[in-house]
Amino acid sequence: MRAKTPVPESKALIDVSALVFSRGGRLLFNGVDVTVQRGEVVAIMGPSGTGKTTLLRLIGGQLSAQSGQVEVAGQPVDTLSRRALYRLRRRMGVLFQSGALFTDLTCYDNVAFPLREHTDLPEALIRIIVLMKLEAVGLRGARDLYPSELSGGMARRVSLARALALDPEIILYDEPFAGQDPISMGALMKLIRQLNDTLGLTSVVVSHDVDETLSIADRAYVLSEGQVVESGTPEALRASESAWVRQFIDARPDGPVPFHYPAGSMADDVSEAQSQ
Amino acid sequence: MTDWLERLGSSTLSNMATLGRAILFLLRVVAGCGELVRRPRLLMRELYSVGVLTLVIIVVSGLFVGMVLSLQGYYTLVDFGAEQSLGVLVALSLTRELGPVVTALLFAGRAGSALTAEIGLMKATEQLAGMEMMAVDPERRVIAPRLIAALISLPLLAVIFTLLGIFGAYVVGTALLGVDSGAFWSQMQAQVSFADDVLNGVIKSVLFGLVAGWIAVFNGYDCMPTSQGVSRATTQTVVVTSLVVLALDFVLTALMFD
Repeated sequence: MRAKTPVPESKALIDVSALVFSRGGRLLFNGVDVTVQRGEVVAIMGPSGTGKTTLLRLIGGQLSAQSGQVEVAGQPVDTLSRRALYRLRRRMGVLFQSGALFTDLTCYDNVAFPLREHTDLPEALIRIIVLMKLEAVGLRGARDLYPSELSGGMARRVSLARALALDPEIILYDEPFAGQDPISMGALMKLIRQLNDTLGLTSVVVSHDVDETLSIADRAYVLSEGQVVESGTPEALRASESAWVRQFIDARPDGPVPFHYPAGSMADDVSEAQSQ
Repeated sequence: MTDWLERLGSSTLSNMATLGRAILFLLRVVAGCGELVRRPRLLMRELYSVGVLTLVIIVVSGLFVGMVLSLQGYYTLVDFGAEQSLGVLVALSLTRELGPVVTALLFAGRAGSALTAEIGLMKATEQLAGMEMMAVDPERRVIAPRLIAALISLPLLAVIFTLLGIFGAYVVGTALLGVDSGAFWSQMQAQVSFADDVLNGVIKSVLFGLVAGWIAVFNGYDCMPTSQGVSRATTQTVVVTSLVVLALDFVLTALMFD
């Protein structure tokens, strides 16, 4: 059904090179290079506001870059026709931070949604697929619940099942761990790694949760101020000498990223307040 | 003064840009309507929530507008001994003006605001972005059925409003005010033309349906994805639809009933 264009082994499945992107007068990316090989779990890390989510949107073709290349499976995402882009997107699954489940559908119908939209499978077969996907994330029993009845972690798992429905090759995770309790966090970590290895997926995890992300990633990129400041295996990152990476990984409040938002001198502000 | 001019200029520019986006959006949505032929169920669901759920307010308002029109019309006509023409007065004002216009205003308040809020919230909760990433075009899957549902519902609702208005006027006129029921109907039949009055009224309501639906779905789709943005877009839908419908009605009336 899905036309898989074979990608030579040496070529990266996702290849972002010299990416420049600005929005609202702010330069978010200034020459970013990220490559993801088939079968890897790659983490993109960095503090909030560095545009990690934007990077996922660029990979998914929802935004287009001012310059540079974003290639997925050998196809340049931002110059594809709408049709070709939609065909490419069927090979990607995205797990949004909010889950992005359709609130008017049950969990079952949410997972069935992409199947019903893109295939003409009989309902009996769709049922089997949906139950399998829900079973994979451990929520087969919750199939008749509505998204409003789920906890945040459960909603993300249902959303993951939905992202898996069309058997994608790539899964993009947007902050999968943000705001999760330790148990859901553990469940999600296990799922991301396990699904990647058992289903032969390629995963990109965008996150600022250092320990969780590094423990499941094969490689990681650390972004700051529009550039990749460090990349490599989790061990290499933990051993990094860079002051910036140290601050991020050790969670120090002050360092190259200042504690204070840029401002004039405190004395000036105070005297201004007094003179009023 | 320059400040004022600057603000005038920038707001004009941004309004023009919004209008441009709205027109391109409409063209894309219309181009994506073909899918509804293949999947009529999508449309049926929206017809229910946009049309059927608006029925109550239309039925009640139609009855009362007709009844009030009958009372007021009678007191004016009776001075000239022309109370037999009550049916004509009521039927003409309802088919030509009140039916399409009042229905469109009520529709904007009941269905238009709901459409904007629904689409805006879908945007704010990333449901639309999620759909796009599942390779499902939200303009086809979400917007097109809602726009077409508005386009179909509004004329039907306007017809229902008009019929019930005439019925309400008939009840008040004959039972309460003592107008002869034969005269009420026969004068109406003689003086209301199907081609001029009824058809023009329906044409008006089709155009109002397009405008009301377009404004509602566009405001939802274009809103800032925050709670404040959704609430502003919802208000915007009701205000803009009302103003555009009233202005458009004036233009159409001038063209149609010259």
